[in-house]
Amino acid sequence: MKKKLTALALAAVLAAGPAMAELVFPSLSYRTGPYAAGGAPFADGYADYFTLLNERDGGIGGVMTKVIECETGYNTEKGVECYEATKGEGALIYQPLSTGITYQLIPKASADGIPLHTMGYGRTSAADGTVFEWAFNYPANYWQGASVAIKHLLDINGGSIEGKKIALLYHNSAYGKEPIRTLEELAKKHGYELSLIPVDHPGQEQKSQWLQIRREKPDYVLMWGWGVMNQVAIQEAANIRFPMENFIGIWWSGSENDVVPAGAAANGYKALTFHNVGSDFPLFDDLRKYVIDAGKAAGSGENVGTVLYNRGIYAAMLAAEAARKAQEIAGKADITASDMRKGMETLEITEERMAELGMPNFGPSFKVTCENHGGPGKAAIQQWDAEARKWSIITDYYEPDMEVIQPLIKADAEAYAKENGITPRACE
Amino acid sequence: MSDTFFFAVEVAINGLMAGVMYALVALGFVLIFKASGVFNYAQGVMALFAALTLVGIQSGQIPFAHVINATFGTHLSSFGWNVPSLLAILLTMGVMVLFAILVERLVLKHLVNQEPIILFMATIGLAFFLEGLGDLMWGSEIKKLDVGLPQGISGTIENVTHEWFGYGFFIDRLDIIAAMVATVLVIALTAYSRYTKQGRALRAVADDHQAALSVGISLRFIWVLVWSIAGFVALVAGIMWGTKSGVQFSLSLIALKALPVLMLGGFTSIPGAIVGGLIIGVGEKLFEFFVGPMVGGATENWFAYVLALVFLVFRPQGLFGEKIIERV
Repeated sequence: MKKKLTALALAAVLAAGPAMAELVFPSLSYRTGPYAAGGAPFADGYADYFTLLNERDGGIGGVMTKVIECETGYNTEKGVECYEATKGEGALIYQPLSTGITYQLIPKASADGIPLHTMGYGRTSAADGTVFEWAFNYPANYWQGASVAIKHLLDINGGSIEGKKIALLYHNSAYGKEPIRTLEELAKKHGYELSLIPVDHPGQEQKSQWLQIRREKPDYVLMWGWGVMNQVAIQEAANIRFPMENFIGIWWSGSENDVVPAGAAANGYKALTFHNVGSDFPLFDDLRKYVIDAGKAAGSGENVGTVLYNRGIYAAMLAAEAARKAQEIAGKADITASDMRKGMETLEITEERMAELGMPNFGPSFKVTCENHGGPGKAAIQQWDAEARKWSIITDYYEPDMEVIQPLIKADAEAYAKENGITPRACE
Repeated sequence: MSDTFFFAVEVAINGLMAGVMYALVALGFVLIFKASGVFNYAQGVMALFAALTLVGIQSGQIPFAHVINATFGTHLSSFGWNVPSLLAILLTMGVMVLFAILVERLVLKHLVNQEPIILFMATIGLAFFLEGLGDLMWGSEIKKLDVGLPQGISGTIENVTHEWFGYGFFIDRLDIIAAMVATVLVIALTAYSRYTKQGRALRAVADDHQAALSVGISLRFIWVLVWSIAGFVALVAGIMWGTKSGVQFSLSLIALKALPVLMLGGFTSIPGAIVGGLIIGVGEKLFEFFVGPMVGGATENWFAYVLALVFLVFRPQGLFGEKIIERV
């Protein structure tokens, strides 16, 4: 009897022993509210990539991954609540998916020692790793996006846009105002005339703005919009017969959501992108086999291959690769958030590695360093074919004009450091 | 006359057109407030729900397909047919009537004689419920709404004005249709409330609930009726705004545009909603044109409220609202 009891007790202790380690990747998603149409595909892509790693590879380095999804409704307060509610779960990295939430989380995450990755959004000067130790915004930020848009215009105008009129139609918020300073600096360099046209949130009514555009007849319109602002702007551009090929949106104004409501009128509209489009990559065969057809997808599977789904996949891939790098540096599979930060800071994405991952030519090669948390900022131009209902990348990846942008990043980061009593660290 | 003058006129005309679009939303609020004293917070979401339902029926989408698929592991999405626009509109109207009946049965019936603030809070709950229901039924992706309404610049107006004034005016064909629809809607609603039995009953309830009940008018029927009419107005607003921006969840935010219209026009007047809409529309556009460039632009949202507040100082009940005198 005694032996039986001892065996039972031992079995119970073993059963109640430490839980299997998991690599935790919180997902601050927004599947409800006014911006749900943009939030859901990204969240699906992010979750599906980690499900694939678990199902196909048994996680990362032998440790299973766990995505904890928390609904923010694209609301800053809810986003902060989500962060507070999930950070104790062993979170390795946060991707806040909102510039507003990012601004709130930069000081919090820095204090808690959890890295933030704001891919193509958030605070641009977070690219300065000497000041923003815990924030990363590779592979591209808004200022680089603005520069790439201008580079494209230079490209299609034989290298000169002097005297051209360029209008910036922007969401009247911190996000929408991000490119203004860069575009003003670039205007001095290239001699174009910049006009600024703000649109109030949410942007359902833009008649004044487009009457102004019709009157001023800019050669090109650049757009920094999100949500309904994008769809209305594209429709209004069609209404005034503005040539769509001269209308270029930032990467958050370039998904299927933005062009489909305008139908054929959206044909030719352009947008920036820092990753490839469509689902013609080996990775997607695995996704179908292990995740979608297996009934383990986060969504219905209808979003697969759309711009925002691919962006979610890309964000998850970058997080997973940083985790791999962190495991390599730490010499252990069960890494901490601090290890993860080191992995992110030494992350190198090569075309060879992308091909291994089944994503050849999916995004640019880049390297993150202690000083540079922003990556190279390369972006390409994609164009909408309304008849085929698909985006196509029509250019190579452009390099941004870092000669103009770097001093701006430095100045903004220094101002932030001064304001917050941060001594920039030395990078060796 | 100068180019600037013509541009200002063009801005003003487009402001009037935008005002009509705001008024279409405001009308739904007025109808329910007039008949029951309830400020229906869910009116914007009703427009969204109506538009979602219309697109869903039109495209043969299976309602709750995501939920069914997630529960039973099926891959359902569409019935495989397309419903003609007019029939889809009629079927959507049927759904909105059903919604009105359910609201009366499940919410309003239980709140008779409660304070207006309780009813207002119930409509807040209703708004969130309806938004969630719309998501579950039809999904959260953006949908194109096409019921055959024309969109884009009117070439005829542009050419004629160019010939007359040397300046081609921009007027969106969708806005012209919206103005015509709003006119017909106001005439029809006014005629209905004046010349039909139900309309007179509706006005009687609006004037005095107790007195109306004492002469045998069913309060419950009136509530179903008025919520059905508000559902119809929401459907019209949903079609107009949905055609413009696609059907998406931010459509519910159009209610924000209706509030200053209501403050200005009065919560109880159908013509007030139209006049209020026109004043707000033209006011905000001209302010943006003349003052916007001096203050960095994007003045329209806040200016609409400032304009409404200025009117409130002089006429607290709005331009056409009923003056409320309470003896103490």
